[in-house]
Amino acid sequence: MSLTLKLNGVDHTVEAEPGTPLLWVIRDELKMTGTKFGCGVASCGSCTVHVDGEPMRSCQTYIEDVEGAEITTIEAIGETKEGAAVQQAWQELDVVQCGYCQSGQIMSAVGLLTENPNPSVAEIHDYMNGNACRCATYQRIRAGIQRASEILEA
Amino acid sequence: MTLNTSRRGFLKGAAAAGAFLVIGLKPDGVLAAGDAGAQINPFVKIGPDGKVIAIIKHFEKGQGPATGLSTLIAEEIGIRMDQIDYEFAPSNAQLYANLAFGQFQGTGGSTAMANSFMQYRSAGAAARAVLIEAAAQAWGDDPASLDIVDGEVVGASNAAPIGEFVAAATQLDAPAEPPLKSPDQWRLIGNPDVRRLDSAIKGNGTAMFAMDVHLPNQMIAMLARPPQTGGLVSSFDDSDAKEVKGFIRAATLPNKAAVAVYAENTWAAMQAREALSVEWDLSNAETRDSSQIKDEILAALDAEEEFNVLKNDPAPMDQATKIVEQTFYFPLLAHAPMEPLNCTIEANEDGGITLHDGAQFPTGPHMALAQIFELPMDKVRINTMLAGGSFGRRATPTADYQVEAALAFVITDRTRPVKLVWSREDDVRGGYYRPAFGHKVRVGLSDDGEIVAWDHRIAGQSIMKGTAFEDFSVHDGVDHSSVEGVSDTPYSIPGFHVGLTDTKKATSTLWWRSVGHTHTAYAMEVMMDMAARAAGRDPVEFRLAHLGDGKDQSRKAEVLKLAAEKAGWGNAPDGRTQGIAVHKSFGSFVAEVVEISGDAASGVKIEKVTCAVDCGIAVNPDVIKAQIEGGVGYGLGHAMRDEITLTGGVVDQSNFPDYEPLRIGDIGAIETHIVPSAEPPTGIGEPGTPPAPPALANAIAAAGTVVAFLPMVNDGVEFV
Repeated sequence: MSLTLKLNGVDHTVEAEPGTPLLWVIRDELKMTGTKFGCGVASCGSCTVHVDGEPMRSCQTYIEDVEGAEITTIEAIGETKEGAAVQQAWQELDVVQCGYCQSGQIMSAVGLLTENPNPSVAEIHDYMNGNACRCATYQRIRAGIQRASEILEA
Repeated sequence: MTLNTSRRGFLKGAAAAGAFLVIGLKPDGVLAAGDAGAQINPFVKIGPDGKVIAIIKHFEKGQGPATGLSTLIAEEIGIRMDQIDYEFAPSNAQLYANLAFGQFQGTGGSTAMANSFMQYRSAGAAARAVLIEAAAQAWGDDPASLDIVDGEVVGASNAAPIGEFVAAATQLDAPAEPPLKSPDQWRLIGNPDVRRLDSAIKGNGTAMFAMDVHLPNQMIAMLARPPQTGGLVSSFDDSDAKEVKGFIRAATLPNKAAVAVYAENTWAAMQAREALSVEWDLSNAETRDSSQIKDEILAALDAEEEFNVLKNDPAPMDQATKIVEQTFYFPLLAHAPMEPLNCTIEANEDGGITLHDGAQFPTGPHMALAQIFELPMDKVRINTMLAGGSFGRRATPTADYQVEAALAFVITDRTRPVKLVWSREDDVRGGYYRPAFGHKVRVGLSDDGEIVAWDHRIAGQSIMKGTAFEDFSVHDGVDHSSVEGVSDTPYSIPGFHVGLTDTKKATSTLWWRSVGHTHTAYAMEVMMDMAARAAGRDPVEFRLAHLGDGKDQSRKAEVLKLAAEKAGWGNAPDGRTQGIAVHKSFGSFVAEVVEISGDAASGVKIEKVTCAVDCGIAVNPDVIKAQIEGGVGYGLGHAMRDEITLTGGVVDQSNFPDYEPLRIGDIGAIETHIVPSAEPPTGIGEPGTPPAPPALANAIAAAGTVVAFLPMVNDGVEFV
């Protein structure tokens, strides 16, 4: 089937079968590789994108369900004020190690701060629980969200 | 070449000549300068614009060598960190060998900084020397009167960016032993404010991992592998796969180890593989349950030992008035790096091939691919890319996944690049596990609470035997990686006896972040606590009493005391319990205090981990802290709840839902303190891992329950 996806504000017409995960259209067809494949079963969060502002696991999101929606990936999240704040905090604190999960971490962190600009530690843990980091950078992810919250309040 | 001092003319000339100042080791080991066209293998390139590029011989999986080795070069030249960039070295074992490994290029054993510290400083210092010499000639100054500060050559009456002297500097011979800056001159080494060079790209989606390779016209290959180690393809039926749009074809690999499914994109490859039906020859496949492997290991601990590791007498238990005994078991573990294994192979116009890979051991796949494609080594190129974690998995003695990709490519017409992609299920089920091990330890104490005998039995599957690394690790039959951390402990233990028995091969095994220390530190440090409790002594005091004279002993004692002090040892808040462990690995000393609330029955919560590390000169203190934080998390997550089990030889786990990673709420806080040191730098990628699980176990034991069979959730511990 042919359908139009609105990704980072741009319409893309793609050919793909119904049931194709959004992740693989973003990565293989549109060749935007910031969104990562980690598990394929929505268990690690590496593939997190925003659909109409809400974080979604793109490996379990079918393309036919997001036609017409506003899809945002890591490549454009810095254009939002929350995205810019999170990216700045991530750099200040050197949150990343291998970095492979961090696109997803940042997309989830932006989702959290958009909904709750000043989250408690418990709220951070609850919201970010689905984003795995095998390097275990969690301490800095937590601190990065708190720092981004400060940046947003300033 | 005459020096053109006009900046515009100079730049024009430099561009025409393609002038890059390249500093590196010649094959004879002499540092030399030349232009990029010369057959010199560089550590440093400087463009005419003055931008310095560090050539990194180690791969970057997050542990920090891109930043660390760049720091050394920037320091010695005299530039800021925003004036340096990095690229990964090509595969060349003569020029980019890991000096700790011999003639072999690779990253492992936490050696990246240790083996590069002098080499990269020397390369930076050589660049500095020729740049200063070129400036001295241009200005008619004494080189000794010039300095390089923030990327500018500075003299009494002149100052100019280093880029102005690149072309001239390429014509000069670098000194064989350039003077290095002294520690009091360091601005970057040891500076906690130096930031990672790869932070920005990893936060905005532009970092390129091997998984992100998209070559024109590439095919995706996924492999249908046998359900059990040792299975072979008998036949396959791809009629259902042909219904998948984007499926190209399926073919059995020449070694019959798998069926390759080729497709136009990753999703089609996944679906087509799912639709494939394969008949397997399992006549030589592993059919055991992991419980049988465990039984074999535990039985070996009670049978006669195969190797008397220290070649000494049995431990004199008859001198003890009290004996403390414990058996430990450590299960198979998968590495599960965040980026599933993958690599891409393409044919080059010169008849050679290029491998795009997050290559941890470039020399391994380099040799394997040269053999498979019947090419000379110089026709095989490796483009090392960022790796999304490894923990050891990307370095195998067999170059396993690169060989798979090569076999999948070699049977095509080679007109289309082949990108091999593993799924998470492939990764979790794919073998190369941390081997299962058992320890049985008996500690004899005297009336006054001193250790008088220590009998330590170890059984498990050797990682190194039967591999290309056997000579490196196995001596007199003993695989050092099975006993490291016990047989070489810095503790002063009278009546110490170590026995080892190799158990038979059950599945493919591999080093896993900190190798043997993953189990030896646990057995040693839990036993030290059990012995201290039996002796009625404080665990910190008891350890210190068993650290005699010697540099290793005093360094180990220092981190122990520092961690205890910073954690408020002995003064845990109400409702909290502390446990401590200290271990030397990869030349570094790490002590950790884990503070928990609750207990095994009611539920343990890891509230805080306080760490002290001595890894010699701390080149990038913040990277060191990050590696300790990550090492603690990696160790604790697996110790808490992870294991790989087999039923009839088939791996029971498949993905993160049943091989559950550490999650953000699992550890409250991690605090790291670095011991100031003038010793040469030692490992940091791995040493944070070994002490964490025993420190947790000691906290849980202090709350009432000894945990000796991992993972802890299988031994009566609930976590909240």
